[in-house]
Amino acid sequence: MGGLTVSSPQLKRKNFTWLYFLLPSIAIMLVFFIYPILLTFFYSFTNLALTGEAAKELKFVGLSNYTHMFQDPTVRVSIWNTLVFLIGSAVIGQQVLGFLIALLMKHKKKVFRRVIGTVVLAGWVTPEIVCALCLYSFFGDDGTLNAIITFFGVSPITWLYTVPMLTVILANIWHGTAFSMLVFQAALDDVPNEIEEAAVVDGASRLQILFRITIPYIKDTITTNMMLVTLQTLGVFGLIYAMTGGGPGTATTTLPIFMYNQAFVNYQLGYGTAISLLLLLIGIVLSLFYIRSLKE
Amino acid sequence: MKHSKRKWALASSALLLAMTVGCSSSGSSTDTSSSPKDKGTEPAPAPAKDSGDKGTTATAKKTITITYRDDGAGEKGTLYKWIKDVASQYPNKDVEIKPTPIQASEGDYFAKIALALKSKDTAPDIVTEDTFMLNSDASAGFLEPIDDKLKGWEDWTNGSFIEAMKKGVTASDGKVYGVPYNTDSRGLWYNKDIFKKVGLPEDWQPKSWDEVLAAARTIKEKAGSDVVPIWMNLGKATGEATSMQTYEMLLYGTGERLYDDASKKWITKSQGINDALTFIETITKEKLGPPLSKVLNGQAGNTSTREYLPKGKLAISLDGSWITGNYLDEGAAPWPEYKDVLGFAPMPTSKGQAPGSITLAGGWALSIPANAQHKDEAWDFIKFALNKENTQKLVMSSGSITVRADVAKDPEYTKMPFKELATEYLKNAEFRPAQDKYPEVSTQIQTMVESVATGTSAADAAKKYAQDITRIVGQDKTLEK
Repeated sequence: MGGLTVSSPQLKRKNFTWLYFLLPSIAIMLVFFIYPILLTFFYSFTNLALTGEAAKELKFVGLSNYTHMFQDPTVRVSIWNTLVFLIGSAVIGQQVLGFLIALLMKHKKKVFRRVIGTVVLAGWVTPEIVCALCLYSFFGDDGTLNAIITFFGVSPITWLYTVPMLTVILANIWHGTAFSMLVFQAALDDVPNEIEEAAVVDGASRLQILFRITIPYIKDTITTNMMLVTLQTLGVFGLIYAMTGGGPGTATTTLPIFMYNQAFVNYQLGYGTAISLLLLLIGIVLSLFYIRSLKE
Repeated sequence: MKHSKRKWALASSALLLAMTVGCSSSGSSTDTSSSPKDKGTEPAPAPAKDSGDKGTTATAKKTITITYRDDGAGEKGTLYKWIKDVASQYPNKDVEIKPTPIQASEGDYFAKIALALKSKDTAPDIVTEDTFMLNSDASAGFLEPIDDKLKGWEDWTNGSFIEAMKKGVTASDGKVYGVPYNTDSRGLWYNKDIFKKVGLPEDWQPKSWDEVLAAARTIKEKAGSDVVPIWMNLGKATGEATSMQTYEMLLYGTGERLYDDASKKWITKSQGINDALTFIETITKEKLGPPLSKVLNGQAGNTSTREYLPKGKLAISLDGSWITGNYLDEGAAPWPEYKDVLGFAPMPTSKGQAPGSITLAGGWALSIPANAQHKDEAWDFIKFALNKENTQKLVMSSGSITVRADVAKDPEYTKMPFKELATEYLKNAEFRPAQDKYPEVSTQIQTMVESVATGTSAADAAKKYAQDITRIVGQDKTLEK
């Protein structure tokens, strides 16, 4: 009996201990995550501006930021550009290339794996802005690429202006492929050799092994990686901004660039926040889609 | 395994999204970054520190910070050198004058200023304001009205300042928010050597846009492929330079305006808009303009004035009167021959209709932010910095036109090449609408011009402009002609 009376407050305390430990992180989440999102949501219904009268007196404008967004042809262009950039550089570029590199490196000598791995990783460890400047000078008018092609007698091409989307897609592939490669390397190492060997004994070709055994085996990794890469790419700003500034015209204006331009170049913070929520929505929809396919 | 992976994925996706969204709502950038050449002594917004330790050292020097735009010239910049020079002669040794430039493209400068002025921690004591932003920043409550201070300043009240220039620093509430230090006019700079080579008159006076285009076509045909016939800033990155030097020079030349003063409405549709855009379209289509890779970035203004024009790679440049400041011995791109090689023709109206030529005038002012820490000291310094002698130094080294009547009469000033010509063009000068929405409208102009320069048709670009302007100013404040 006496033992019980002593232990019950202890038990009680124990029940709430988790809360104390969680409090700091909950507080941080509230301050740095929930609060900004709520604030963004709130601002998206206002005429908040960087300067002018609206900077002093906030006015509610109802849904006008949103109605305008759906009429604004640049929004459509930006969504399209975002998708092209996303599919080109992340889903196809980084994912497929990362997988191929990982696959080709499997069973190779350690030295070979190390050297190739380091080379690919160089792109990943380079800070985004440095990466952007490197590729800017690679694709620039007097850049490396033009120097190479003029050596072979081809007249120089203004890459950043003739094929701007392609240049930023290639830049993002160069920058980000290592991440997918690392993820797939780990996953491929988990595929048991016995299964593959058994398949070989059964007379399966290399392609059959790849599509019938390896890929199904690492299916979950593919989906998870797809989601991570998608969300990373959705938010890419510095790379594009430094290389092309979203131009020429709107050729490489993705949603983050468009949002920045509206908020900080056109001084329309309210409209900018509305666009950021659109970006958030797209991110949520894509994540839900991936999470769903993980469950199956 | 599966479960934890999903959780991890969820958590990281949440984090990434938070970052994307978070960056849009953070309203207080501390980007008053000093230039890299600032010797890294300390970050720009110093004043906050001083005010805090009043008790400890009563005799500590007060630091007065002056923020202006550094276009990349750093310590070679005209304003930097001028501030240093004026500060060294400033009699009050209890204050330290510290330049805290913002290194940014013309377009980014104003956004960075607006962000810096929002907070006491980042606001400088003195800020250079382009007069077109002044009204907007004043309406936002970022600037301090200085009417009371001006009353006690003889120079302001005794007619030393040209009366018309005071309008540029008066906001729509009727209060004065800055002391102007320069103004400018715009026209067609041209390289006489190239003109001579292709058989065009060295004393060029085009009477209409068609004559400008004709000259450009002749140059394209005869001067060789490495000469750009005509340069106009066409990008978003060049900001106000694109709006004012290019679009507004064209639009106002058609007789149309941006804003209808009588009805107090913004004009969203007019023949003038179409004509101005068609001119740009023609330049683009016939490849009479600069390569896009040069003109669409923030350095375009420097490229044309400091590189193309002096090197004989550019025949005609629609630009401001100040560009000659670059060519002085102490300028960013010294070019002693500029007096003889360059010509400065007035920009004709579209069909040569009255008044025959057009120019837009702007200018800059020194203002005191509402969040400044040392307003009185800042004011004392402004009075000293913008007295006759110091204003004259500034306008002479920067190539701009003075706003002081006494400087305008000074022979030292009038004997400088092109000064009289540039001042003469001011007679037909138009000003940008003194409306707090103008800066936002202006960025839409830049978007419109860049889209035409990159292939959008004039009609489509004009349609989108009308839509965007309507959203910004409201349906009831727009007008179609």
